[in-house]
Amino acid sequence: MNSKATQPIIEIKNITKNFGSVRALDGVSMQIKQGEFFSLLGPSGCGKTTLLRLLSGFDNPSSGNIFIAGESMENVPPNLRPTNMVFQSYAIFPHLNVAENVGYGLRKIKLAKDELENRVNEALDLVDLSNYGTRESHALSGGQRQRVALARALIMRPKVLLLDEPLSALDKKLREAMQVELRRLQQTVGITFVLVTHDQEEALIMSDRIAVMFEGKVAQVDTPEFLYRKPCSKQVASFIGVMNFIPARVVKSRAKSIEIEVAILGKASLQTNKKYVPGSEITIGIRPEMLTIVYDKQHEYQNTFEATINTRSYFGDMTYYDIQIGDTDIKATVSMRNTVGRPVLEPGAKTQVAWGNASLTIIDGG
Amino acid sequence: MQKASKFLLLYAVFYFLFLYAPIFLLPIFAFNDSAIISLPLSGITFDWFFLLWETEALHEALYNSVLIASIAAILSTILGIFAARAASRYSFPGKKGITGFLLLPIVLPEIIIGVALLVVMVQLGLSLSAWTVIIGHVLICTPFAIVIMSSAFKSFDVSLEEASQDLGVGKIGTFFRVILPMVTPGLISSFLIAFTISLDEFIIAFFLTGTDVTLPVYIWGQLRFPARLPSVMALGFLMVTLSLILLLIAEYFRRRSVKYTINESTLMAKNEETVF
Repeated sequence: MNSKATQPIIEIKNITKNFGSVRALDGVSMQIKQGEFFSLLGPSGCGKTTLLRLLSGFDNPSSGNIFIAGESMENVPPNLRPTNMVFQSYAIFPHLNVAENVGYGLRKIKLAKDELENRVNEALDLVDLSNYGTRESHALSGGQRQRVALARALIMRPKVLLLDEPLSALDKKLREAMQVELRRLQQTVGITFVLVTHDQEEALIMSDRIAVMFEGKVAQVDTPEFLYRKPCSKQVASFIGVMNFIPARVVKSRAKSIEIEVAILGKASLQTNKKYVPGSEITIGIRPEMLTIVYDKQHEYQNTFEATINTRSYFGDMTYYDIQIGDTDIKATVSMRNTVGRPVLEPGAKTQVAWGNASLTIIDGG
Repeated sequence: MQKASKFLLLYAVFYFLFLYAPIFLLPIFAFNDSAIISLPLSGITFDWFFLLWETEALHEALYNSVLIASIAAILSTILGIFAARAASRYSFPGKKGITGFLLLPIVLPEIIIGVALLVVMVQLGLSLSAWTVIIGHVLICTPFAIVIMSSAFKSFDVSLEEASQDLGVGKIGTFFRVILPMVTPGLISSFLIAFTISLDEFIIAFFLTGTDVTLPVYIWGQLRFPARLPSVMALGFLMVTLSLILLLIAEYFRRRSVKYTINESTLMAKNEETVF
């Protein structure tokens, strides 16, 4: 990576936004790097769309500041910002055809006719709509409309492309294909993408980094992998995939690790730089796929525990089991890939479940 | 489907007769070869239409009416755009009450409006002319323009406006390049309906017209001369035909504007998160 890649293209400084008495954003700060695919992830009403609208200039923050490419965006209207947006509804102009839609923003720049045509064709090629220029916009499918919206924004060569839930209107198959394609497109053009989504899977697949938001506040900003493996709170952990929470007690605190005693599971050693008072209660997180139901009695797993299966959810390739650990009332979820030699277990069955030291993570926040 | 009873059929027939019989009498006597309005008809003639062609005072009245109707229609449509845009795009205190008051002139008796305007004009020392009629007609046409323009603006997707601004076009450019083209069918419809209302309007024109007589006022004046009645019938026939054509065109554009915006909104995703 060069030095430019580490320079933040967007700096959000302590933004607060109120709508009447409702506080939509509450002291949000973050930095987005040049060339990054950055996602704002959170449930409905968490403030992610509000933040995107503040970046695009359609709304102004109640307090705080936004810098894009080093310049303050205070009082800069949307038409003068180095950003372009792909709207959730795509907002294709119905009275214009595809080429006119894509070239809409260029008319302001006053290009020669053939230069304008070239730029439009280039943009259409980029989104695989090469021969659609003369197509009327009402004759487009949902996926095509989205491509037109993308081409129309990218042709402006913005410093930042903002995407407001761009895949939510597409059906599942098309959505999955577009996730891969959007990522590929972003890497081709090298423009910073800021995506708003409530779909954690979508965010994990496409993003370089993700900001998870709840109730107007940023909970965690991390790479998809870190976010999944080391969620900072129970809320983040359960928003991104499924996480089992198990109570534990600190036995010993060392320089870079702690030794803990997990409810029934036994002793474990975890790496951490934080200090914990021996004897204090903490919560341990473990992902369902980090637990394994033991089918073979001659297994080589070091740590196992007894469990009873409460319910099972069959997904075809996977089965999710809700289990009860030993004779405690601690519940957990185990996911198993349905491969050869793994029959689907029925509720009530007793089984051995294995786990590894490395699969545990400390969950600090509530 | 259930078959309608004979009584209902009879009711419907009488209903339509009541509505349209007087209007059908117009062409019958307009082509009748006699100065007396009575049956049986004595023969077919186009004389009454030629008489219209030769009456100078009528031409002047027609010119006044078209001028007044055109200007009143343009002004009320522009005012209608402003009001409809404000009501659909912005929220302000007392919005419901204000939009209600804007539509009030529809139900106010025209004779009251006419008398009130006359008093105001006289008090202001304005002499009666085509312009005073235009003011009166703008007053009664604007509510209709507001209703038509509101339906054109109502289903207009705000994100189209934002998309235009986002692509570097300012507010004024956006108005002319996105908003106006999309509401143009409504605009034409509003203009034509306001034009028709003004063209046919009698009471307000009668009070405010001064020497610039409009067509309906001219017709009223002609009724004193029984011999002119057939040519008034001929004139009436022409006016009904013209109004009908204008209204059909207006309806065509009104429907197109609705179709335009509905096509769009059905394709749009439900936007649950516009506020937060």
